[in-house]
Amino acid sequence: MPDIDLDSFRAETRAWLEENCPPEMRTPAASDDDQCWGGRKFTFQSEAQKLWLERMAAKGWTVPDWAPEYGGGGLSRAETRVLHQEMARIKARSPLSSFGIWMLGPALLKYGTEDQKREHLPPIARGEIRWCQGYSEPGAGSDLAGLQTRAVSATDEGGDYYIINGQKVWTSYADKADWIFCLVRTDPEAPKHKGISFILFDMDQPGVEPKPIRLISGSSPFCETFFTDARAEKKDLVYEENKGWDVAKYLLGHEREMISGMGHGGGGKTLPQMALDSVGVGAGGRLADPLMRAEIAMFEVRAAAYRAQAERFNDEWKAGRINPAVSSMMKYYGTELNKRRNELAMQAGGTGALEWESEESNGGKSARDWLRSKGNSIEGGTSEIQLNIVAKRVLELPG
Amino acid sequence: MPLYLTDDQDMLRDSAKGFLAVKAPVAHLRKLRDADDAAGYDPALWKECAEMGFTSILIPEAEGGLGLGHVEAGVVLEEMGRNLTPSPMLPTAVAAVAALKKGGAQHRDKWFPKIASGDATVALAIDEGAKHDPAATAMRAERSGNGFKLSGRKRFVVQGHTADMLIVAARTAGSAGESDGITLFAVEKGTAKMTADPRRLADSSFAAVVEFDGVELDADAVIGEVDAGWAPLTAMLCAGRAGASAELLGVGQGTTDQTMAYIKERKQFGVIIGTFQALQHRAAHLYAELEVARAATLKAQQLLDDIVDEKSADRARRAVHTAKAMTGLATTLAVQEGVQMHAGVGMTDEYDVGLYMKRARTLAELFGDTNYHADRLACEAGY
Ligand SMILES: Cc1cc2nc3c(=O)[nH]c(=O)nc-3n(C[C@H](O)[C@H](O)[C@H](O)COP(=O)(O)OP(=O)(O)OC[C@H]3O[C@@H](n4cnc5c(N)ncnc54)[C@H](O)[C@@H]3O)c2cc1C
Repeated sequence: MPDIDLDSFRAETRAWLEENCPPEMRTPAASDDDQCWGGRKFTFQSEAQKLWLERMAAKGWTVPDWAPEYGGGGLSRAETRVLHQEMARIKARSPLSSFGIWMLGPALLKYGTEDQKREHLPPIARGEIRWCQGYSEPGAGSDLAGLQTRAVSATDEGGDYYIINGQKVWTSYADKADWIFCLVRTDPEAPKHKGISFILFDMDQPGVEPKPIRLISGSSPFCETFFTDARAEKKDLVYEENKGWDVAKYLLGHEREMISGMGHGGGGKTLPQMALDSVGVGAGGRLADPLMRAEIAMFEVRAAAYRAQAERFNDEWKAGRINPAVSSMMKYYGTELNKRRNELAMQAGGTGALEWESEESNGGKSARDWLRSKGNSIEGGTSEIQLNIVAKRVLELPG
Repeated sequence: MPLYLTDDQDMLRDSAKGFLAVKAPVAHLRKLRDADDAAGYDPALWKECAEMGFTSILIPEAEGGLGLGHVEAGVVLEEMGRNLTPSPMLPTAVAAVAALKKGGAQHRDKWFPKIASGDATVALAIDEGAKHDPAATAMRAERSGNGFKLSGRKRFVVQGHTADMLIVAARTAGSAGESDGITLFAVEKGTAKMTADPRRLADSSFAAVVEFDGVELDADAVIGEVDAGWAPLTAMLCAGRAGASAELLGVGQGTTDQTMAYIKERKQFGVIIGTFQALQHRAAHLYAELEVARAATLKAQQLLDDIVDEKSADRARRAVHTAKAMTGLATTLAVQEGVQMHAGVGMTDEYDVGLYMKRARTLAELFGDTNYHADRLACEAGY
């Protein structure tokens, strides 16, 4: 059935993008560093990147489905989909990569007060404030609820606040972020899930010290983060004191959904294309290496089937007909697929894909992506933890 | 259209579920098997399926059917898979109907009413080798007078010994390996010089080897156009593969439901075995594979129902390849994990899991296995 309103929205969107998306922003970003993350400390790589963010933010299209009062575009689900389709059509990059958009935003929309939403959401939408996630600690990884970072109430002429002491680890982009959403222990006597609070605070203060950690991919996107008498205002406590675990879990659902989609957005060369470029065509127009071909073909079946599952999950989620624990299955399957894709890409690229710095290898993109992908099944909760969740909360297995 | 069942489709599923649970649970298959039944299915049950409307799902309303789609057909087939119900549903009411829709009025007028009422069944004579490969069709149909003469041999003709009509793919031009030059024929039961030799398969179903020893046919036995049978054949196979995917999914889900119930109840070392993480993780992985296969199947069915032009038909065809390949993977895992997690009792004839395993193997081969479909997708993607 043709939808007149949607058709005209599509036409307008197409024309607007045509006019406003700079040509440089119509190629896939080469790496995390090549994306626009915004924030007070961010330096734009190009005028085009800056322009693209400003133009999209002015329309509210960095977060098309958020309400306008929170910096969003106020688009319906169908319109949002059209916008994404039209952006994909011209290979437009996302104007803004942001933990604020992917993780904190949804949590604030659900659990935040009206004041908190109006204060924190618009700067996220405009890319002015960059956020990081302070969940994991050295002693609390999979067992996140075992976290020890302490928050103690205090009051002074500035009002009610918390004094925070402790250490986080694996805090992605803590050195580049402006604010942190952080899990802290506010009641050490309560059972471990019941004494945790979800708090927001500015990283730009003497008591906060992020130290970058170097990864196997060569980059240093995450940090150890130390808090020594750091200050968080009480007005920035999200939801109730000691009920932070609810917020944390809800946010993890969104984080898992985001991570499950990694590497499936397309953009770069397809796996078959990489293999064709590398080993060439053999008999009957088939890839010259039959065993590699078989592995890739089987991978592609699962990838295509998973795309359908992602669509189904999305539809069921939006219609409220799905057990939220199913997001763990998506995270597990999506990340394992992405790791597999990267393994096959390395295999297809052969020795060429080993190059780490050369121009021809685009600065070692294949190898670095491959190594980075290994983190997908760890961050946001490991694959094993996702399987535990599915077993207990979806399959209802005992124990 | 969202990628989940509509309320109407949910209702159809509930009624198919209720009907089959009473009329044709796994015990029904056991009964036929243990009685050494020579037909392979129960014609009385098939009549009841017709009364339920299952046989009319894909027949257009204008021609006396329900005018529903592949999603609805799949809903019924999945329940049949779950109950291991032996029935001619897939070849007759799904694949054959899809082919006849592309054929002339003489076929539709003749067969649609009989299919709808449950009075006729149809079998498909496509495969010649041990592996499905329709383009490799070599059997000849020579021109003879104003008709054709068929000579050759077809294998894996499911329910071919009981069918009232066979849809036969034969070559009228070109050579094996080419999709051009194939013609589809409707050959009625009892036609001279055609003999069907039924072979019982591992899952107790029957597939015939059919010999054509110069079978003479009129020109109007042709379904679609001479030499251009690939189009109705593709429509038929897409419907059949989507349907087989749905049935496979039902087999995988049915056995997995039983396996999950078993590991929640069996105790060893003083605890329920479902508390062991080694089993929990495999169960969760299996769940993921089945859900992904379910999505791929529904996507294929929806796309088949949305075909409006060549482009959308191509998309649907690719989605069908994905669905059949993926359900093959998922259900094969389901039956293997099923036997392993049941362990000793899983190896017994008394438990159902072995029956599911056998059915899964047959359906995995039917209309092409996972490798076949993965290969087709790769070829189409240019590698
Ligand atoms: C790229 C990347 C980015 C990250 N970004 C952030 C961030 O921004 N903020 C943040 O707070 N954290 C971040 N993390 C941390 C991440 O959430 C943790 O690494 C993760 O939760 C696992 O904790 P751990 O590393 O302590 O491993 P451990 O919990 O010590 O796990 C070690 C192994 O034991 C297994 N295991 C543990 N418990 C169980 C169990 N119950 N059953 C079965 N197996 C089990 C695990 O699956 C794993 O294989 C990031 C991690 C990565 C890799």
